[in-house]
Amino acid sequence: MGIKINIETCTGCASCVAVCPFGVMEIKDDKAYVNVGCTLCGACKEACAFEAVIIEEEAKAPAAEGHRGIWVFAEQREGEIKSVGYELLSRGRELADSLQAEPSGRGLKTELCAVCLGNNIKNAEQLIAYGADKVFLVDDPALGSQSEDLYAGALVKLIQEHKPEIVLVGATSLGRSLIPRVAATLQTGLTADCTDLAIDTEKRLLLQTRPAFGGNIMATIICEAKRPQMATVRPRVFAKKPFSGRQGQIIKVDFDKAAVTSKTRLLSFVADLKEKIKIEDADIIVSGGRGLEKPENFKLIEELARVMGAAVGSSRPPVDEGWIPYSHQVGQTGKTVRPKLYIACGISGSVQHLAGMQTSECIVAINNDPNAPIFEIATYGIVGDLFKVVPMMIDKLKG
Amino acid sequence: MNIIVCLKQVPGTTKVNINPETNTLMRQGIENIINPFDAYALEEGVRLKERYGGKVTVISMGPPQAEAALREAISLGADEAILIGDRAFAGADTLATSYTLSRAIKKIKDFDLVICGRQTIDGDTAQVGPETAEMLRIAFVSYVSKVEEVKEGLIQVHRLIEEGHETIEATLPALITVVKEINVPRLPSLRGKAKAKSAVIPTWTAQELETDPARVGLTGSPTRVVKIFSPQRTRTGEVLQGSPEEQIDSLIKKLRGSQLI
Ligand SMILES: Cc1cc2nc3c(=O)[nH]c(=O)nc-3n(C[C@H](O)[C@H](O)[C@H](O)COP(=O)(O)OP(=O)(O)OC[C@H]3O[C@@H](n4cnc5c(N)ncnc54)[C@H](O)[C@@H]3O)c2cc1C
Ligand SMILES: Nc1ncnc2c1ncn2[C@@H]1O[C@H](COP(=O)(O)O)[C@@H](O)[C@H]1O
Repeated sequence: MGIKINIETCTGCASCVAVCPFGVMEIKDDKAYVNVGCTLCGACKEACAFEAVIIEEEAKAPAAEGHRGIWVFAEQREGEIKSVGYELLSRGRELADSLQAEPSGRGLKTELCAVCLGNNIKNAEQLIAYGADKVFLVDDPALGSQSEDLYAGALVKLIQEHKPEIVLVGATSLGRSLIPRVAATLQTGLTADCTDLAIDTEKRLLLQTRPAFGGNIMATIICEAKRPQMATVRPRVFAKKPFSGRQGQIIKVDFDKAAVTSKTRLLSFVADLKEKIKIEDADIIVSGGRGLEKPENFKLIEELARVMGAAVGSSRPPVDEGWIPYSHQVGQTGKTVRPKLYIACGISGSVQHLAGMQTSECIVAINNDPNAPIFEIATYGIVGDLFKVVPMMIDKLKG
Repeated sequence: MNIIVCLKQVPGTTKVNINPETNTLMRQGIENIINPFDAYALEEGVRLKERYGGKVTVISMGPPQAEAALREAISLGADEAILIGDRAFAGADTLATSYTLSRAIKKIKDFDLVICGRQTIDGDTAQVGPETAEMLRIAFVSYVSKVEEVKEGLIQVHRLIEEGHETIEATLPALITVVKEINVPRLPSLRGKAKAKSAVIPTWTAQELETDPARVGLTGSPTRVVKIFSPQRTRTGEVLQGSPEEQIDSLIKKLRGSQLI
């Protein structure tokens, strides 16, 4: 497997240099040269008019046989299952059904399973309502404090035993920290922060699409030769779709304390959300950006949120400036939200911010710059000074 | 206390666009920088050394030009730097990168703490830290916002998660990933700059690390990019017209009309 340049036909035209997304192509002595960092994406091959780029694809060993089914890690906190688990099951159901319908399925069932680890887990049967055929439930006092060491150990064991072909996990603080360790132990691929999942039904491959280069470009990634294929997906990327009257099976699994030890210990926890409505769960979010200019002006946003029964969000600069805690940040390095209504005040609409809110049902933008990119995705735009518009809105909504 | 900092050289901007007509990538001359999160990792390493003694070794897997980032790290207080470079390592995904880094860390052998950034701005996966910790089979704590203390084989840290702050104790050796709240990185000192100029930075190749050829570079990478494309902006919005008051009236009417409020 590798990339080669045919120096006979290469003219040194540098069209490959211009298209390489990873910036690893270079012209040396009038010929193209591939530096370290190439991923064989093929952009240079396509761009080369002289067929001078040769990509040799060694047929990868076929994925281990006998792996079947889709698993969703259903994260809980204090016994409550998080919404992202239901969202992944809803999408997982569609993926499992499309795998099942395929000739490559050889008529074998492709099950959708949820795995939930914790202590005193409530409403595990809900996982079935959102599409699971089976729920593996590991309920043990030792799993109460969300020890990632214990979770990782238990998950690896379950995956090795049941051999799913796909494992999907929410890209939460816990998921992003825990699942790479599981993937490393299983020595398989893991794609972070996917925004879309589909199936190449012919090859039974999971097509994992994620933003690259800070959201400027989308990349579709596959994991051909290793199983399971693993991906994390941000909360709110997929919609929850409950079924009524679905049947499924809850399988209680004992937690084997002797098999795993923890190298870390939780000493204390302090919750830091000060407002009542969490932005992840809100139907309406009012967000403020750098356009607010001063910390005290965030009061304006809070007031509008209050009269609308909305949660308060923020772009990154107010968080960096310390006007509002990080837990309110929306975007690539903050939270992904998908409310019915998102009102952006004094936010320009950088790709990093859009990455966290562009799937909102309705987006309202208030900005005094008519060329701000936020207007490209806004359902309704108001070009104007937020210090005039927002107070007027508050008055009208109150009145 | 011997500390290893994992640092990656990345393009200084994430502004890469696809030319909509030719569907090819447009990139301008972009300068390379130390991954911003890794600058916090380095600073924390140097501060811990100043507090507890020992030394800071910086490692980076990358092409020859990554040496510049390592030299900069020395000017910022690192004692030693090692470039992990071999054409065999090219095209590595997070699994292969973590394996290669873990081999280098094992070769350094004498360490108490490994510090990584929370994520890179180019790869942007936040996976290399936890995967490396797992391959080393050492304690792991992510999103560290403060190191409280190091004592008797234990490290106590604060951790930022979406619900709030945790205080965690981990056994050493450990690997932590840090968030930007942890510190404010210093500027290079004159002494540091002089040291950086004359520093000898060794390159460790596949041979020195005795890496398994099946686990490094492209061959060792289970994931592969098969397609790249521009994100779709599907929305066609409406900019409201009239005086501010008329705009607001029409907005409220529309939102009420679609039962959003
Ligand atoms: C790796 C990386 C990760 C990032 N992650 C995130 C993230 O998670 N979330 C995030 O938001 N950003 C993130 N960013 C930062 C992002 O690139 C932008 O810098 C940021 O989103 C800009 O925030 P803003 O729109 O509030 O500020 P600006 O871009 O400065 O926009 C302010 C806007 O307010 C308008 N304005 C000013 N005054 C008024 C007024 N009186 N009335 C009305 N409008 C007014 C201006 O016209 C302007 O459009 C990230 C960046 C990087 C490199
Ligand atoms: N090539 C590399 N060399 C050294 N450290 C790296 C490399 N790639 C990633 N890291 C470390 O792993 C962290 C997470 O990277 P990523 O998984 O790419 O988001 C970074 O902040 C670095 O500390």
